[in-house]
Amino acid sequence: MNELEWVVNGIGRKVPKSIDGKELIPYSGPFSHSPVKDHKYGPILGYVADQKSEIVSTLFEAIQKVGLKDGMTISFHHHFRNGDMVMNMVIDELEKEGFKDLTLAPSSTFPCQEETIIRAIKGGVIRKVEGGSARGEFGRLVSSGKYLDSPMVIRSHGGRVRAIEAGDIHIDVAFIGAPCADELGNLNALNGPSACGTINFSYADARFADHVIAITDNLVEYPAFPMSISQELVDYVVVVDKIGDPNKIASGELRITKSPTRLKIAKDAVRIADLLGYVKEGMNFQAGAGGISLAFTEFLHQLMKEKGITAHWAQGGTTRFLVDMLEDGTVKKLITGQAFDVAAIESMKENPKNHVDLPIGAYANIHGKGCTVNKLDIVVLGASEVDLGYNVNTATLSNGIIAEPVGGHSDTAAGAALTIITVPLFRGRYPVVVENCTTVVTPGETVDVVVTERGIAVNPRREDLLERLEEVRVPRDLRICTLEELQRMAYDITGTKVEPNWGDDIVALIEYRDGTIIDVVRSVLPRYYDDAVFVDDRNLFDIERREN
Amino acid sequence: MRLRRSRLYVPGNNPKMIPPAGLYGADVISLDLEDSVSPEYKLDARMLVSEALKVVDFGPNVEVTVRINPLSTPFGRWDIRQIVCSKLDGIYIPKVETCEDVLRVDDLLTEMEEKKGLEIGRIKLFATFETAKGILNAKEVAGCCGRLEGITIGAEDLTADLGGERSSDGIAIHTSRQLVVLAAKAAGIQAIDTVYSDFNDMDGLRRETETIKKMGYDGKACIHPSQIEVIHEVFNPTQEEIEYSVRVKHAIDEAKEHGSGVIALGKKMIDRPIAIRAEKVLARASAADIPIPTWESIKEKMEKSEGGI
Repeated sequence: MNELEWVVNGIGRKVPKSIDGKELIPYSGPFSHSPVKDHKYGPILGYVADQKSEIVSTLFEAIQKVGLKDGMTISFHHHFRNGDMVMNMVIDELEKEGFKDLTLAPSSTFPCQEETIIRAIKGGVIRKVEGGSARGEFGRLVSSGKYLDSPMVIRSHGGRVRAIEAGDIHIDVAFIGAPCADELGNLNALNGPSACGTINFSYADARFADHVIAITDNLVEYPAFPMSISQELVDYVVVVDKIGDPNKIASGELRITKSPTRLKIAKDAVRIADLLGYVKEGMNFQAGAGGISLAFTEFLHQLMKEKGITAHWAQGGTTRFLVDMLEDGTVKKLITGQAFDVAAIESMKENPKNHVDLPIGAYANIHGKGCTVNKLDIVVLGASEVDLGYNVNTATLSNGIIAEPVGGHSDTAAGAALTIITVPLFRGRYPVVVENCTTVVTPGETVDVVVTERGIAVNPRREDLLERLEEVRVPRDLRICTLEELQRMAYDITGTKVEPNWGDDIVALIEYRDGTIIDVVRSVLPRYYDDAVFVDDRNLFDIERREN
Repeated sequence: MRLRRSRLYVPGNNPKMIPPAGLYGADVISLDLEDSVSPEYKLDARMLVSEALKVVDFGPNVEVTVRINPLSTPFGRWDIRQIVCSKLDGIYIPKVETCEDVLRVDDLLTEMEEKKGLEIGRIKLFATFETAKGILNAKEVAGCCGRLEGITIGAEDLTADLGGERSSDGIAIHTSRQLVVLAAKAAGIQAIDTVYSDFNDMDGLRRETETIKKMGYDGKACIHPSQIEVIHEVFNPTQEEIEYSVRVKHAIDEAKEHGSGVIALGKKMIDRPIAIRAEKVLARASAADIPIPTWESIKEKMEKSEGGI
């Protein structure tokens, strides 16, 4: 690792010039890097002439027929969230049949898959992880730096589609869990016991993978409507008993945070967006399903009703709170990337005129020919850390361990006219507003406002916003201050941020949405003090101990 | 007198809840050493609260108070000794029945202020009546001490003492509430109402707050930060009240300028109570940080609307 050549990128982070013989491009600005290649990647020309049905009797038969071999790349979507059974089912099968050295390229992973992934990595079935995110035990395993052949590549939702289109990720076989399928492989996610609303994270996989295997527990008579993923892209259909646990696919009822501090943050975020002039007739916005984001949506809904204004559209991570706005006319149209609860799925089914899903490339791919994030007025995002350059960390905790999904964070931040980061000033003993982020995922150039319970900071790059605050009457209880002041308040309470005990190995590359490298994550080591062992994360130490 | 629409109770033995207590916009916070702390934690709570008073920045616009234990218990005296400091704005005395209950706290407070070199009399006192005897003595107690800026009522204990029942209409303590507000206003101090205990029932809270506001109360205690906003909404003057008051004030100023003795607004005469009320509304609005429109902007608005001035 010492032989690596390093370069300082556009936000002052040291990144290697190349890794494993592959050249890396340092991040240079949110919109400054154009595609390297002239053409999109093209999958093989596969065809099935004269075929009346694509159904095969077992998963293994499908795997054999598409010719999956050791060392190839497999992909999955994460629409079944923590109720997913597809990834485990496939990896178990591959393990049983003795496959080795595969690359796993999911759009994201969930705790229900951890055990299987860890076992597959330790057993050599999986050697490389591309894209998505790692949390929990899986994140710790990646952070230990001991098991994967090369660094995991962490990409945003839009970045993953870009990488697939550019051929940076070449998917050999895409496994698509389909809540509804017909015998030629028309797929949708609206009907069936495992309905999850949309499977649009698989659109790029289906179009660019060499082979596509659909796995369903709900085979319907031909043709399955709507044809969200078309038969022309699907090689085989496997019918199994169950592809997901409905109770875990969608949350029955997402609840707004009860924490008075977080409620205050959400309310103040709405108030600052209003003061800055972004809550207006014809607006649009995106807010996710985290506790603060749900509360933001609810408070925004109240304010819009009070002011008598409507939004042209909103984008989600869709939840009951957005569906309520659609139903009472506060929002005219909903665009769904993922459906988070039963209400969202029902709404997509019942109201297809005004509630549609959108391929993730159309949502957030910077190198596509048009993406929705660029039209966003307001986006509200969380973070595990924000630093004085307004850079945001959503990948690792302050202890350096990979633990959080990056999602569409950097995509929406870059696209939206007003990007608001809502964070508590500290969590437990860790400050959240820090001098330097442990890891940077979203560059400060794309972040506009940071809202905490003790004050609101506006990015000095946004002179227009600061001027606006000079002009309007800011209520006394809305404390506008600098990020430096917030960071000092945080350190006054938690003490100075302690840097993780970094090892030498690079365990993950944080790829910005345009394919450049914005940061790297190193391995994290336990800390030793004389006789005592201090570890930031007990479980990481447990991994070490189990090995020794 | 100070704006005391909302008074948030914060358990004195909970280190997690004390530091953010000032963030939610309450006019007053009461770090509680009494009912929310069981006897075995009294010492912990006292230490935690006295330390928090020194180091926590509760914000610029909040009155920081402590509810001590009654002097009749072994804890009250020590509470006062330990908590008195430059950051403490007031003390709530529970279970007050006689003037003596307040004056003893006053004496001890003065002693501690002298000892610690603090300004004498800056820390205010508030008396809580929680028994029938206390309520009937409210008239004397309200005027017995220069530090006393408000009196309040403790519904749970009072209802129990009366042998009545707590109900959403508050019938058991209705007369007590009226006696307390009478006593307060006769002494020229504030009347502050008891808590509404069901913090999930915002409609009930709003109804009760509206009732006590109509009775003349100046504020209400709360047990959860989510109650603050509703209480403020009820106590804040409405936009119409503010605009009307601006018009009244303008009419008075204009009459003064022209040396006219009779002041009229439209077809209505403005007498003294109306003038005083308008002044109070504007003072409350500005204390509550509610924007006050200029006379010109109101005039313009009225000219645009059909009715005219």
